[in-house]
Amino acid sequence: MVAVLLAHEEAHATAQAAGFFAGNAWLIPALPFVAVGVIVFFGKRFRGKGAEVGIAATSISWLLSVIILVTRYVGGGGPVVLRSVRWFPLGRDLGLGLGMRLDGLTSIMFVVVTTVSLLVQIYSLGYMHGDRRYTWYYAALNIFTGSMLNLVIADNLMQLLIGWELVGICSYLLIGHWWEEKPNSDAAIKAFITTKTGDIPFLIGVFVLFAAARTFNITEIIHQVEDGNLSHVTLTAAAILLFGGAIGKSAQFPLHVWLPDAMAGPTPVSALIHAATMVTAGVFLVARLFPVFEASPQALNEVALIGAFTMLLAALLAMVQDDIKRVLAYSTVSQLAYMMAALGVGAGNAGIFHLFTHAWFKALLFLGAGSVIHAVHSNNMSEMGGLRKFMPHTYRTFLIGSVALAGIPPLAGFWSKDEILTEAFRVGARTIPAHGSPVVGSIVYGVGIVTAFLTAFYMSRAVHLTFQGEYRGHGRPHESPATMTGPLWVLAGLSLVAGFAGFPGWQKGFGAWVGVGGETRVPEAHLLLIAVSVVVALAGIGLGRALYARVPARDPLLRLGWFHTLLVNKYYLDEFYMRGIVRPIRDRVSAAIGTRKGGGILRYLQSGDVQRYAAALFAGVAILAFLFTKF
Amino acid sequence: MMLDEWVLTVAVFAPLAGAGVIAALPKGREAAVKMSALVASGVALVAGVIALARFDFGSTGEMQLGIDKGWIDSIGARYHMGVDGIALPLLLLTVLLTFLCVLYSQRIMPKPHKPKGFFALILLLETGMAGTFTALDLVLFFVFWELVLVPMYFLIAVWGSERKEYSAIKFFLYTLFGSVFMLLGFLAMYFRSVDPATGKHTFDMLVLQHQAFGSPAFEHMIFLGLFLGFAIKVPMWPFHTWLPDAHGDAPTVGSVLLAGILLKMGTYGFIRIALPMLPERAVEWAPYIGALAVISILYGALNCLAQKDIKRLIAFSSVGHMGFVMLGIATLTDVGINAAVFGMVAHGIITGMLFFLAGSVYERYHTRVIDDIGPGMLLKLPRMGAILAFSAIASLGLPGLAGFWGEVLALLAAFNPARGLSSPLFRAYAVLGGVGTILTAGYFLWLLQRLNLGQVRERWANDPHIDDVRPVEVAAWSPLLVGILALGVYPRAVLEMTGGAVSKLAGFFS
Repeated sequence: MVAVLLAHEEAHATAQAAGFFAGNAWLIPALPFVAVGVIVFFGKRFRGKGAEVGIAATSISWLLSVIILVTRYVGGGGPVVLRSVRWFPLGRDLGLGLGMRLDGLTSIMFVVVTTVSLLVQIYSLGYMHGDRRYTWYYAALNIFTGSMLNLVIADNLMQLLIGWELVGICSYLLIGHWWEEKPNSDAAIKAFITTKTGDIPFLIGVFVLFAAARTFNITEIIHQVEDGNLSHVTLTAAAILLFGGAIGKSAQFPLHVWLPDAMAGPTPVSALIHAATMVTAGVFLVARLFPVFEASPQALNEVALIGAFTMLLAALLAMVQDDIKRVLAYSTVSQLAYMMAALGVGAGNAGIFHLFTHAWFKALLFLGAGSVIHAVHSNNMSEMGGLRKFMPHTYRTFLIGSVALAGIPPLAGFWSKDEILTEAFRVGARTIPAHGSPVVGSIVYGVGIVTAFLTAFYMSRAVHLTFQGEYRGHGRPHESPATMTGPLWVLAGLSLVAGFAGFPGWQKGFGAWVGVGGETRVPEAHLLLIAVSVVVALAGIGLGRALYARVPARDPLLRLGWFHTLLVNKYYLDEFYMRGIVRPIRDRVSAAIGTRKGGGILRYLQSGDVQRYAAALFAGVAILAFLFTKF
Repeated sequence: MMLDEWVLTVAVFAPLAGAGVIAALPKGREAAVKMSALVASGVALVAGVIALARFDFGSTGEMQLGIDKGWIDSIGARYHMGVDGIALPLLLLTVLLTFLCVLYSQRIMPKPHKPKGFFALILLLETGMAGTFTALDLVLFFVFWELVLVPMYFLIAVWGSERKEYSAIKFFLYTLFGSVFMLLGFLAMYFRSVDPATGKHTFDMLVLQHQAFGSPAFEHMIFLGLFLGFAIKVPMWPFHTWLPDAHGDAPTVGSVLLAGILLKMGTYGFIRIALPMLPERAVEWAPYIGALAVISILYGALNCLAQKDIKRLIAFSSVGHMGFVMLGIATLTDVGINAAVFGMVAHGIITGMLFFLAGSVYERYHTRVIDDIGPGMLLKLPRMGAILAFSAIASLGLPGLAGFWGEVLALLAAFNPARGLSSPLFRAYAVLGGVGTILTAGYFLWLLQRLNLGQVRERWANDPHIDDVRPVEVAAWSPLLVGILALGVYPRAVLEMTGGAVSKLAGFFS
């Protein structure tokens, strides 16, 4: 009996020298869960209504994450630390473990997740002040943080899947945080069901890998891939199915439709979950299983092409939005697509580098937007304008975020985006070996440049509509409190300098210590390509300035005519899903089944008529009894 | 040891004794009736816990705590009971859930009150259910199996609501219909069996596992009989139509026990009788059972989307969840059958909880129509609403809560079915089952939106009779809520029990 309650620990840390912090990295995801328990049961008794518990736990996790990253970096990368306990047995010779795989990718994700989570929790002290479900809000943020950290530390796919589903439910809970209004709960359901749709191929993909490798363990699967034990067909099928999950979670076409609606949640939630962390889980998944994808050119090409297609599609949508959060949401879809495309052309480190820089400036932009919304009580840029005067901190930090996103050197977004474009260009030019098709590399580069122009344009438009000109809203806006502007400045600082982590040609730079898929090649810059990127970005900003510096009475984009209509209607995709899939299943098919009385034999059998049942009973018994005597 | 031999007998018959005491009590002694019921089901619960403590986890594949005495010598039927790692969790589920039902009914009882009959019938029901999971003799099994029918019939017919007589009769006839065929199957096996020890026919379930019953065609007949008996009980599509009516109209604790325990008798029958006694036939039937399981999953989920009545919705959700259990069984693998037993326990506590909630909501609002109660129940009843959200999210299979493992492991097993089964076919089942999980998430979230979220309906806003969770509800529900979380985080608690027993069973198929 006692044995049941004790988990048998089987530690196989690969390095004795892993050190205390790396060896106990499991504390990082565990702490937020401890906080959840405290907040749920005792939160309201605390002076800060539980917020301080969440912030304290996340602070410790953050500190541990930073220590691990720094020690790994100083140690020149360091070994992959593996540790696991057996969770439960599964049949004769199988079992499932709970474990950790701590490598460069995990340590960088740890820092991203804990930093943004911590800043968002501090920011929420001001933003969510007086909210009727304040304590629960902090509990949910901590469930999310713990789950996300579990997702990135998981050493096996089942454990990763658990984190994956848990962040999904947290997203649902937080999008629908203000569930008194139906549009909010609609958005929450849409987000959950859309991503869940991608989770089914993901689950099947996990099963495919399991059926072939007989393990869920990521490290063992990767070893088997590298040893050539798994067939090409298996790997292609697995990679494409797994990518289905990534499409849902990272909001790629055709499952991107949930992310803009997810903006119904509180803005700090958008910054944390729907910009910096959860939505990058799909990108993380591809990076985590990069050897599986690399083994299949078809799968890589698919990743790259979906990425290329989505980045353009979403950037075009971002141009025509009035809701400032929706501009940022489509921008996020578009930027996640850059990361996917990078992975698709084989540039894993560039993709994760962009994930890293994007987390700072996109969280910054969302929190900045939240500060604006907090001041003007509206999401619509048509009711903003001139806020530069009223909100100097918000304005300056938002501007930094926008310039970083637009890709102007030396801000963070420039370096990572440029690395992606350079790598794609080189794959296309066949100057570096490609796992996928060189043509796809050229496509990614071409679409990437066009999207870079659009990105600079829509951010320029947003900045002008929000902060320049005259105020068009109601009341008198005011700058937000220090709990809100403080995190803005921290993120602005990171947006300024984070790009240098991946300075081209630096031997100990980002790629060297993250090493997605074991790749440590140092990226090199190409001055001509840099020049092209910068010119394109400046052109985008300039066009935005030209069109929106003086707020026009009529949006000049209306001149695009039918194309504008198409964009405003989001390519009619939502309508297609609603009319083509959701309503038929939810309303018509189910009603047809649910109210059907059955025909023919079924109706006869299920009439509820007692005499018929009795007759059928005797007839059946007689027949069966007769048959028994015959055999 | 004396204790080990009789502990199961106590668990099974203490409730029957309690029912006897209650019947002997004079009318009007309501407090005494309630106390007797609580004591009787409490004794059964304690016996269950003792059984757990005495259970040897080193050999879960063996029948333990056994008792084997002569009973009806003329036909060789024996009083033979015991539990292995498959039966024990279900026995524990039975004694726990029934105790909680009795506890709940101390304060909350359906009309027309009549506590004497009500409690006596619940206890009688408990004896039948606990006996079914412990019997190792087919005659004994059959007696317990049929014993369940009568109290449940009266619970629905007398304490039910709406079309209660119709629903009760439908339940009775359907199950009777199935069990007659099952009995024929039992008899056929009996007459073709030879007990190597005595040279006579035998009803011993362990001996019957190693018998040949004749030609494949004859064995198919037997399997058909067993299949009808078990599949109606589960219930699998297309034998499910009794379930929404019975559930919808049964009193609260009737629904809890029906969904929480009774349905598992069917799946248990497959695992305990059909599979090990007719393994070769099971391999041939498995693809069809798998198909019906997947249809049940999808059909149940689609039906849920159409339901306007909260109890019928939960009832249809049971069809889907039991479909996952049957899919696990149909794979004939250790993973699948482990998933099935886990799924049975998880469904027992989660759906039991959901029916408790549905009952308590009905008791306050006097309606079961979702759109009449909601929206905004979470504002009106914050605790009740939160518990409902928690249970619904558990039921849709969120990892970390109990509902997840049964589903995901069943799908995993379907992806890797036993030798002799078609992999492509079962993989298609896995994909379709996966689609079922999307629909399941859809209808539960939609239910929460319509019932829980939004502004309070004006009609209820100031109704003082609608009160939040009461102490008796806290007491009866807490163990289930804790269990939902505990089994989700620590599935080993069940899988450690089932593992050895399931491996032994899976040995028939590999």
